[in-house]
Amino acid sequence: MFKRSFAFLSLLVIASIALTACGSSTPATQAADSGSPATSGNVIKIASQSPLSGDQSVIGVDIKNGAQLAIDQLSGPLKDMGFTIQLAPYDDMANPDNGVANAKQIVADPAIMCVDGHYNSGVQIPSSEVYHSAGLANVSPANTNPTVTTRGYAEVNRIVGRDDVQGVVGADFAASKGVKSVYVMHDKTAYGQGIAEFFQQEAKAKGLEVLGFEGTEEKANFDPIITSIIAANPEAVYFGGMFSQAAVMFKQARDRGYEGMFISDDGFDSSDAAKIAGDTLMAGAGTFYSTVSGPAAAYADTAKFVTDFKAAFNHDPQPFAAQSYDSAAICLAAIQNAIKANNNQMPTREAVAKAVRELKDFKGITGVYNFNSIGDPVVAKYFVIQVMSGDPAQWSANEIVQTLDIAPPAP
Amino acid sequence: MKETTLRAKSSKPLSAYRLIQALLGALFAAYLIWRFYNVFLDGTPSYGADSWLRFAISGVVLGSVYALIAIGYTLVYGILFMINFAHGDIMMLGAFSGYFVFEALEKIPSPVIDNPNQVFLNAHPVISVLLAFIVGATVAAVSGYFLEKIAYRPLRGAPRLVPLISAIGASIFLENAALLLFGSQRHDFANPVQITRGEGWNIPINGEVVILPYTGVLTIALSILILVALYVLVQRTQLGRAMRAVAENKSAAALMGINVNGIISRTFIISGALAGSAGVMWGIHLGLVYHMVGFIPGIKAFTAAVLGGIGNIPGAMLGGMFLGIIETMGPAYLGMSFQLKDVLAFSILVLILIFRPTGLLGEVLSEEKV
Repeated sequence: MFKRSFAFLSLLVIASIALTACGSSTPATQAADSGSPATSGNVIKIASQSPLSGDQSVIGVDIKNGAQLAIDQLSGPLKDMGFTIQLAPYDDMANPDNGVANAKQIVADPAIMCVDGHYNSGVQIPSSEVYHSAGLANVSPANTNPTVTTRGYAEVNRIVGRDDVQGVVGADFAASKGVKSVYVMHDKTAYGQGIAEFFQQEAKAKGLEVLGFEGTEEKANFDPIITSIIAANPEAVYFGGMFSQAAVMFKQARDRGYEGMFISDDGFDSSDAAKIAGDTLMAGAGTFYSTVSGPAAAYADTAKFVTDFKAAFNHDPQPFAAQSYDSAAICLAAIQNAIKANNNQMPTREAVAKAVRELKDFKGITGVYNFNSIGDPVVAKYFVIQVMSGDPAQWSANEIVQTLDIAPPAP
Repeated sequence: MKETTLRAKSSKPLSAYRLIQALLGALFAAYLIWRFYNVFLDGTPSYGADSWLRFAISGVVLGSVYALIAIGYTLVYGILFMINFAHGDIMMLGAFSGYFVFEALEKIPSPVIDNPNQVFLNAHPVISVLLAFIVGATVAAVSGYFLEKIAYRPLRGAPRLVPLISAIGASIFLENAALLLFGSQRHDFANPVQITRGEGWNIPINGEVVILPYTGVLTIALSILILVALYVLVQRTQLGRAMRAVAENKSAAALMGINVNGIISRTFIISGALAGSAGVMWGIHLGLVYHMVGFIPGIKAFTAAVLGGIGNIPGAMLGGMFLGIIETMGPAYLGMSFQLKDVLAFSILVLILIFRPTGLLGEVLSEEKV
């Protein structure tokens, strides 16, 4: 009997080892890699934090890839100065607890000088408290919740727009389409609920009737909410949150016979939305989303990036990959400036953070960046995009309906 | 009649606890009646009859899935007095099996003259669905068997909390195994075209058309069939009698010549098969499977089992149905926000347990446990 259960146990162990072997690029393997180079004195690391597993990993993995590509292509000058630059990717699993735990590991590694990260505002906000306490620079490629910068931390910057503008852009768009009534939903996260509230405020100000304001953590069965939406019969449904929920809800609502317009936010911007909802996105009055990160075609300088990215990783970059490339590039430029200011010696974290904020007219592939006193870009782009195809491969062909350049609210 | 027995039993004065109970009950009943007036009779109702029918359909479908899963909890609890927290993940395995069966059948060409691109899935929908259920139930049953063998049997003599921890561990193991094997993306269940999601019989009511989805009817019909079959199995067959005997008293059952370990294994196989079919139904009706798909239904079904009286099979069926309907109709009836549906469901669980501490139909207590 003992022998038999022992055999089962060993099988189990073997199976789990085999399974962990399947999962790649976890922080654990990274930690093992980083130990190998002996030139520890001049190693500088840039950490990336994004969801590498879980249902938002499509985007998160490309945030990591974007940072990797930037380091591969742009760390030449630093190499000439005698420094080795490495990427330390961390998986925050779109979960605040994991993000904060990783952040603690990150600040404990003295070689890490800059963090390119977070996809989810709800993860970035608590994690950046840790960066702030350690004086570690953080450039965010994707976080749009106002709180990210309104805390006024000297270390925290972003290169994208804000939800208090993006929600307004969404509501203005709905009003411009002649929508009279709207049902607002959100995913109860800092990001989703925040943007839904800004949307609701502006919608009311524009004279739209808000027929409901509901949060949901549901992931599979939206039946009851859809029934109440159909009973309220709004002309548009707004979802503040991520594609992983919004696309499921939109699809089920169409299946149940709702014909109105769907509007969502930059969390909806992923080809997986088409994979989940398919052609139902084009039925009825169609699906629109506002975003702070336009498709590659919206930026003049991304053509080379797209080609290089495809060559390196074998697929088209997801939204925010180009922003992540720029965030990492900003990190590299700031580190370079800080090293120069320190007589070609290893700079302090504070100096790097200061150098990020002080960058003047940094020319990235998605625009020219200057940061204001709290770390917002002085001008940010906002887009409203219409879904044009239910085929995930055609996601980047979605049509830009509006492009707006808007300055952030005064700090 | 009941009143007199109550009086006769309590020749002592009515306890404060009973008084509070009665008061709470009266308040709750009054609130429900007031809501009834508000919702249906007062001026302009917020939902028309068509909405109520939609709520009811979705509630009954959800309830019948909960009922199937809840029975798995109840069967295992009745025999081992342990909560099998990995049960929801067994359901996930069943859902994935059904998904792979449909995916495979979609790849097999089955051309006919007027449709050369037809695939097996659409040409033989009945066989396809049956096959999905058979494979789903089998995979889940086998997993249930090994789960018991690996995670629970070595801990048979241990204190009751130990297998509970083991169950939570098994649950985490299964979720992560599925995550690594199948990826974290949601997989779209490809139904046969005859039971496309969202299509069904149209019921004209109140000037609107309510769709009674084919997938929903399939779910309800199949779960009723399975529940009846299970009831017959437990009440009428040799195996069922042995299961009940083991639940009653393991050592006495062993003395009567029953292979206790064999019966426990079979119980896990049956409860796994039920969860597996529930998983396939979930996939067919809601259309998405991913590694955490069993987590929430698992917790809800456990609640349903407690609601109906854990260890009690008809109780689990009733509890599941009750919970499904409360969740969909409750927030609308009470005029509250839908994000509070879980709050509502658990408040009702607490209320019911205050009045009937052993659940709606009563816990089935064996002497061993008492």
